[in-house]
Amino acid sequence: MVAMVNIPETVTAGTVVEVKILISHPMETGFRTGPDGTLVPRNIIPEFRCLYGGEEVFRAEIFPAVAANPFLSFFLRAEQTAEVELLWTDEAGQEHSEARLLTVQ
Amino acid sequence: MIRCVTVLAIGLGTPAAAAGDRQSGYEIMGPELRAMQDDEAANPGMLWVTEGAALWVAPEGAANRSCASCHGDAAQSMAGVAARYPAWNEAGQGPIDLTGRIGLCRTRHQGAAALARDSRALVALAAFVTRQSDGLPIAPDPDPRLAATREKGKALFETRMGQLNLACADCHDDAAGGQLAAATIPQGHPTGYPQYRLQWEGMGGLHRRFENCMSGVRAEPFGAGSPEYIALEAFLMSRAAGLPVEAPAVRP
Amino acid sequence: MTARPTRRTAMALVLAGPLALRLSPAAATPDEMRAAVDAFTGGRPVNPGRVTLDVPLLVENGNAVPLKVSVESPMTEDDYVKEVAIFNERNPLPDVIRLHFTPRSGRAAAETRIRLSGSQNVHAIARMSDGSLWSAVADVIVTAPACAES
Repeated sequence: MVAMVNIPETVTAGTVVEVKILISHPMETGFRTGPDGTLVPRNIIPEFRCLYGGEEVFRAEIFPAVAANPFLSFFLRAEQTAEVELLWTDEAGQEHSEARLLTVQ
Repeated sequence: MIRCVTVLAIGLGTPAAAAGDRQSGYEIMGPELRAMQDDEAANPGMLWVTEGAALWVAPEGAANRSCASCHGDAAQSMAGVAARYPAWNEAGQGPIDLTGRIGLCRTRHQGAAALARDSRALVALAAFVTRQSDGLPIAPDPDPRLAATREKGKALFETRMGQLNLACADCHDDAAGGQLAAATIPQGHPTGYPQYRLQWEGMGGLHRRFENCMSGVRAEPFGAGSPEYIALEAFLMSRAAGLPVEAPAVRP
Repeated sequence: MTARPTRRTAMALVLAGPLALRLSPAAATPDEMRAAVDAFTGGRPVNPGRVTLDVPLLVENGNAVPLKVSVESPMTEDDYVKEVAIFNERNPLPDVIRLHFTPRSGRAAAETRIRLSGSQNVHAIARMSDGSLWSAVADVIVTAPACAES
């Protein structure tokens, strides 16, 4: 599962930082029929979390109406130099996490 | 199923673009889709480019060599390559498209198993190589041996086919800029393949698009990688000469 | 066209009063969405305003419709946006996404891409830290691709 994370590396304290992420995932809705005419089993990423310094700052509950190869952008207030962790697991049990150090001056 | 039939009953719209007034399909997209293509951090095609970058340096096959083992830094060695293809293949004594060339490299020089043309890995590699030509003008290979291929492609472009009895040119030359139902008919310049197509929810090559168009006019598709599609691609690239490569392009 | 409300009339309906989202548009929206909205609001009144929902008025394909939502809030420990729920009227499921914010989010804003099965209204409802609910609605026209393959 490829993911692309876009977050500034260094900011001044108090800056509200935008986090952008693109995740390679089909987000199978469970409503679609495959080439053999049967329903393709649902497999979406039902939850996405962002931790900053180990504490949750943002979370999304996701439903099949979120597009394939999901894109998310959200914000966090930079307070101290700490790791920003992005975590998700799809319904097939594939876990993924990305971490970026956010340096605060 | 393809819905062209009912839509055609509504009628092809008025032709707009005069000859020589060439325009990428990008120009007729809404501002949101153009923004999706323009922002590297939001363009979903970049996921394939990123995968392709990893494959470029991954050793493969009996030779245990990666693309980079021979070609080095793609930013140097592959700049302009996608803008030039299809090219002449000395070994096969015929034209070859970029996807075909990457596939040949894999079997001949890496000693690896062939990849299917529509496999994720081959599309990703083609997307990564094409990315190295992003923004460069399409500049067809001047090799004179390709002239016959382009002629064949032009003839195909102008040949009526299928139960709807339509040629590519009927829509993409004569009716380009007009409306087909709610959609504006593009001029059909292959400026950004492989392309992230919302309809596909993924990335695919120009030949996949040809397959869709041919089933659209109820014709028997020639098949991805066929000499007909390579000829059509060679003609379309010469028809699009000078337009910038968009890598990766996003289309509805 | 049928009596489906345009963006302007939908806005007018929502602006008509605090209970508008539960009463007026409900007439034009499927029961399932109303049930999902009621489960989210717990039957409490929904006020129009404070929420900006930015969805293109017309899209060429419903498979990935850009959606931006933001809510006016100081985002302090005492006063912040806890949650924004996005609902749709005509997909198989009424829920789209629920965004959970914290004071450390700094800004109650997010962007994603959604699937819309045809032209419809999209609703955003924000729940504040004081429990109050605020909303916005946007009407999206999804055009059919001329030569859609499936």
